[in-house]
Amino acid sequence: MTIEFDNNLPIYIQIMNYIKGEIVTGKLKPGDKIPSVRELASDLQINPNTVQRTFQELERETIVETRRGMGRYVTSEEGRIMTIKKEMAKDVLDRFIRGMRELGFQGEDIVAAVAESVGHEDAEKGDV
Amino acid sequence: MQKKGMYSVEDILQIQQVSKKYWSKQAVRDISFTLGPGKIIGLLGSNGSGKTTIMKMIAGLAQPTSGKIAVYGNPVGVETKSLISFMPDQPLTESWMTVGDALRFYSDFFADFDQAKAERMLDFMKLSLADKVRSLSKGMSERLQLTLALSRKASLYLLDEPLGGVDPVARTRILNALVEFYEEDSSILISTHLVSDIERIFDEVIMVKNGEMVMHGNVEELRLQHGKSMDELFREVFAEC
Repeated sequence: MTIEFDNNLPIYIQIMNYIKGEIVTGKLKPGDKIPSVRELASDLQINPNTVQRTFQELERETIVETRRGMGRYVTSEEGRIMTIKKEMAKDVLDRFIRGMRELGFQGEDIVAAVAESVGHEDAEKGDV
Repeated sequence: MQKKGMYSVEDILQIQQVSKKYWSKQAVRDISFTLGPGKIIGLLGSNGSGKTTIMKMIAGLAQPTSGKIAVYGNPVGVETKSLISFMPDQPLTESWMTVGDALRFYSDFFADFDQAKAERMLDFMKLSLADKVRSLSKGMSERLQLTLALSRKASLYLLDEPLGGVDPVARTRILNALVEFYEEDSSILISTHLVSDIERIFDEVIMVKNGEMVMHGNVEELRLQHGKSMDELFREVFAEC
């Protein structure tokens, strides 16, 4: 596992997002075991307490569950994974819309611009 | 928290209004902070900011002019020597020694020296017992000093500039060793002015400037608050000099 960290942002949030990404893209599957604090800390070369905090937050968000004496696992609730996917999509959208508004686009224009771009992409794929 | 049959105190280290004067020079001025167990703390400051003086006072090698320092509630002194492992910025080994001699020297001196751990660490550091201390490069020498310091079973490790004058490859190896061999119930205080390479292994940072403490906080909270890396904050603090 390698993550390009940005030292300007809390590291635990970056690891959380990375793990969520692995889950929604199916690289980590529901019920998969996740590495121990120690393993991940030496893998990523970061402080074990930071990894601990990442796992605590993921547990709080019920994305990861601890089975006593066995370690931590990705939630087996598919519904929960769909929610994460939607949350992550919302983040991407929010950022995009904010950017477009800053450029002076309004609601309808944004939708039109998106539709056009998506249309182009599909057409290009069709050509290949 | 009970530790080695001594006082039950939660903080590993308590520093209260400590000042240090060398003749007329004020090296440290009115510093107070506490450190809990299980943490890696960066003591950041430019050269001459008072980092080494603070380390020496905690290790009991220099006396504060005023103020109090306690380790698990014990005033710094004979009793706290066994709780603290200090890696000075000047090596304690002699030039005639081999790496093996250095290990024996340490295990003679310190009852808490863990020979097995030292050998595991040497292996990790790519050093061998037969190497001559004299012929070690700067980076290898730092790796040996770190091995010696971390192989003691202490509550608080003081590492003075473990990255000074070490090339990036050796630096990475030293950082890896810190993460790999760090015991989670102890704490490590690391002084450095090279922040960007090492900031990911810190829980907390303390910044000292001209002998005064200008910042102490949890690294992740500071990132959240300022949206900046510790390296950037450090540069900001010291740009005003």
